[in-house]
Formats: sequence, C-alpha cells, structure tokens
Amino acid sequence: MNWRAIFAIVRKDVMVALRSKAVAMPLIIVPLILLVGLPIALGTVVALAERIGMTSTDLQNLNSAIPPALHSSLAGLTDAKAGLVFALVYLFAPMFLIMPLMVSSVVAADSFAGEKERKTLEALVYTPTTDRELLLAKMLGGWIPGVMVGVFGFFIYTMVVDIVAWLVVGRLILPNGFWLLLALWVGPAAAGLGLGVTVLVSSRVNTFQEAYQMGSLVVLPIIFLMIGQIAGFFYLSTLFVFAAGLVLWVIDAILFFAGAATFKRSELMARLS
Amino acid sequence: MPTVISTRQLTRRFGENVAVDALTLEIEQGEVFGFLGHNGAGKTTTVRLLNGVLRPSAGAARVFGLDPVTDGAKIRARTGVLTETPALDDRLTARMTLLYFADMFGVPRAQVRPRVDELLALFDLGDRADEKVGGFSKGMRQRMALARTLLHDPEIVFLDEPTSGLDPAATREVHQLIERLRDRRHTVFLATHNLNEAERLCDRVVVLAKGKVLGMGTTRELAAQLEYGHRVIVEVDGLAAAQAEQVLRAVPHVTQVEAARDRNGSEAGGVFLLVHGTSREHVPELVAALTQSGVNLYRIEPDEPSLEDVYFALEHE
Repeated sequence: MNWRAIFAIVRKDVMVALRSKAVAMPLIIVPLILLVGLPIALGTVVALAERIGMTSTDLQNLNSAIPPALHSSLAGLTDAKAGLVFALVYLFAPMFLIMPLMVSSVVAADSFAGEKERKTLEALVYTPTTDRELLLAKMLGGWIPGVMVGVFGFFIYTMVVDIVAWLVVGRLILPNGFWLLLALWVGPAAAGLGLGVTVLVSSRVNTFQEAYQMGSLVVLPIIFLMIGQIAGFFYLSTLFVFAAGLVLWVIDAILFFAGAATFKRSELMARLS
Repeated sequence: MPTVISTRQLTRRFGENVAVDALTLEIEQGEVFGFLGHNGAGKTTTVRLLNGVLRPSAGAARVFGLDPVTDGAKIRARTGVLTETPALDDRLTARMTLLYFADMFGVPRAQVRPRVDELLALFDLGDRADEKVGGFSKGMRQRMALARTLLHDPEIVFLDEPTSGLDPAATREVHQLIERLRDRRHTVFLATHNLNEAERLCDRVVVLAKGKVLGMGTTRELAAQLEYGHRVIVEVDGLAAAQAEQVLRAVPHVTQVEAARDRNGSEAGGVFLLVHGTSREHVPELVAALTQSGVNLYRIEPDEPSLEDVYFALEHE
C-alpha cells in the first residue's frame, strides 16, 4: 500500500472540503442545533415549567414514552424532569448519529462526485496509485472527519447536557455506558454507512449536490429510530445499541467490498470518455 | 535506442464508436513523437490506454515492457501526463497543488520543497505560488499543469495540447522545454492540433482520423508514401527566364520546368521557376548549370512539403 499517497489524498480532501462553504456550513449549523441548541431549549422549557408550577402539561407526555425499565433510574424526579432526562439521554441519542453520518457523507460526496464536477478526476487517475489505494484514501478521507466530529460532538453534548441537567435536575447524567457505546462503537459505524452509500452513489452521479442528496437518504433509519422511541415501540438499551452497531459494521463491510468491486478507474474514465 | 512504447492492434470501442482502431506503433526512448488528428481522432483515448487508465477492447500495449492493464500503477510512476484540460483543484494554491502531487508521485521527501520551488520558478509562477489556482489565467493554469506533469521527472511525458492557451513567449518556453527533455533522452508523446509545432519538434508523427492511422513516420517519409513530387524552386533574373528554363531542362533528373504560379516575382525583377523531378541533393547541380550558362541566380531552395501539406493530403486520401 502506498500510504504516503493515501494520506496525501486524505489530508487534501478533508482540508478542501472543510474550506468549502457548501460543506462547512451544514457541518457547523447542524451540530450546533442538535448538540447545543436542543438540550438548552428543552432544559429551559422544563425549568420554566417547573418554576411557574405547570404540573400537567404536554411535557409530561414525554413520560409516556419512558419504558418501565428506566423508571427506577428516574425515581424521585418530577414528571417533567424525568421527561427531560429521558429525552436528553435516550430520545436525542439517534440524532447524535446524524452527525458522523452526515459529515462522512458530505466529505465523501465532495471528494468523489466533486472530483468529477470540478474535472480534477483525470489528474488523480494518472497518479501511480492502484484502484484499491484510491478507494481506501477516498473512504478514509470521509470516515476520519466523520468519526472525529462524532467523538468531538459527544464531548460537547456531554458538557452541554450535564450543565443543563445540573441546573434543572441537580445531577450529572452523562457520560454513561450507553452513550460511550453510542459515540465510540455506533458513531464510527454510522460514519462508515454514510460514506459507503455516498461512495456507491457518487460513482453514478456527476455533481456534489446529486451525491449528497441521494446519500442523505441513509438518515431515514435514524428517523425511524427516533419515531420508534417516541411512539414507545422500543428504547435504545445498551444491548440494542450494541446490536445496532454490529449490524451497521456488517453493512459497512458489505458496502466497502461492494465499492471495492465496482470502483475501477477504467470504468470511471470510460464513463467520462 | 530501446523501445519504450509499443502497441499491437490496440483497439478501444465505446459502444458502436471505435475510438482507437487497431493502432500499431513503436516509440523509442528519447523520441519526440507527434500524435496528430482532429478532435475525436483517438489521441486522448490512446494516452489513457497507454497509462492503464482505460482497458483496451482488443489488442495490446507495452510501456517500459509492462502491460498497462496489469501494471498501470508502475507505468504511471514513470510517466507524466498533461491532460487536455489542466484538471486543477481551484481551491488549492499553486504550491499546495505541487506538494500534494509530489506525495502522490513519491518524490523523495528531501527533494520535494526544492523541486516545487524549481518548477514554480521555471514556469514563472513563483510570485503567485501561494495564491489559489482558481484565480489564475488560462495560460497560468496551463503552466501550472505542466509543472505538475514534470514534478517527478518522468521518463515519458504525454503532452495533450501543451501550448493551448499560452502566449507566444510561453509557447516558446514550452517548445524549448520539450527540446531539453529530448536532449536528456526523455520520450515525449505530443498530441497536438498545431502542425507547425509538430513539424518543428517531432522526430516522427502519426496522423489519426476516427481512431485509424492514416500515416506514420517523418514528414519526408509521409510525403514519400504519398508520392508527393520532389521539386526545387529557383529565382532567376526575369530577363533570362527563357534561357534558365532551357538550361534547367537539360539537367539530368529534371522532368519539367514551369513558372511558379503561387510565387510572385521579387521587386528586383526576379521570376520563380518550379523544377520538377529534383530535390535537395540536386541543388548543387542546378546551381552549377545556371551559373555556368551565365544566368543570374538569386535564390534556390528545395520545395519540400510541409507537415501541413502532408497532413491534409493524408486526410483527403
């Protein structure tokens, strides 16, 4: 493996993607909303509700989704506070996965379809890299920032949630085993999923926007996870999260091998000829 | 000189369209080989096939004795390709672009900075080295792409329209660069529309049309293939034109003498005569015959066909 060339591609792809407004803006705005804005907003609403003595509000409806298995850990909290903790720890958890998935998708879409769109692909294919090295470099270039944003986001979210929880509930609630698993096991797998799908899509479309839009369909399972939890169909237990991570890693492996089987510069160039 | 590129019946089809049709050629080390033809003649596809970037539909190629289909990466490590469009990432600076490709081509780490600085200076980009390529003019982008092509000092340089968009001074620089590459025994594969450029620089050319080879060799060899007549043009004193015609007809090999209709007589009263059946080697004989007979001879030159003449003649065949 030509690791020098591989890391050159990774460095360059990450650097230029982050310098692009089309790429950088969603990467700043979405985490700010999900990891900072939402916990603060929900904490503020709960704190205000408690202060003015609202005891029977829609906030209490959050409680209806709390599975019985969690009731003991939330004992002693008012309905609103229990709902807040449940929302911050469990309901928002799938949203956290959006970030590694989105970052890897955006960077991969920029580096694969973007190369075609900017007409820089031809210079790249004439370098002495093999098809496999090129694919690995492009995949790492999307996966590494996805994982980094996921881990960094986890620290930010933990800090924000603990500040909110300390002020409103009077206790620190993160990190816990569930969230560590989510950030370090499922997050990287989600980044791999966004990446794998985008890479497969990118070889068939010609612009960054097309690749990004089609690749973003992988967010749908995460939406289903959120709806399922709110509807009370299931909750993200530690075992559930571990199993979900395992499934994602298997899908990632399938996507990688599918990508490796189809990613051939001769095929790419034939489409451009 | 060893053969560095050879193809045998090399063919590439895209659906019904045959981009390269049974191309057979050999190129020696140190040769400047011209690839001539209109758009769609198969020039770019051939470059892609030789670098293992496209697979052939039929036939085979060898570059440095390696098969581009299986050893593409090894071949590309020793070749440099200037693509038809510069293929530069507008978001990188000139220096960052070259540093990136230096890593890609495995330029020894200790040599990277000096080599990048050398090429930036060579292509007159030194004072814009830290500006983004997106702000460069067409000519600067072309010079930038040339610098990238030569970064790893490739043994074979594939140049697709290297002077496209360059001003006359930069064009001359590129021509001198190609000559220097030849002097250093590098092989240059020059795909161009510019027939004057090809005639000036190329040792041999191949003329392609719709993927087929119309002719291959030096301009002289191609002219010979076409049975392009050998002629010499003489300018003599207008008052002695009739005598000159008579003298020239008497010289061995001369088949016909006629007034050169496309050449106006000089202001000094000279007329031009076209002497058929003769060529460069007969010039001393013609000079001797004319001077011995007392005809004032002002000018004499072989009327050899230009590459442009040969190119269009091949196309019309």
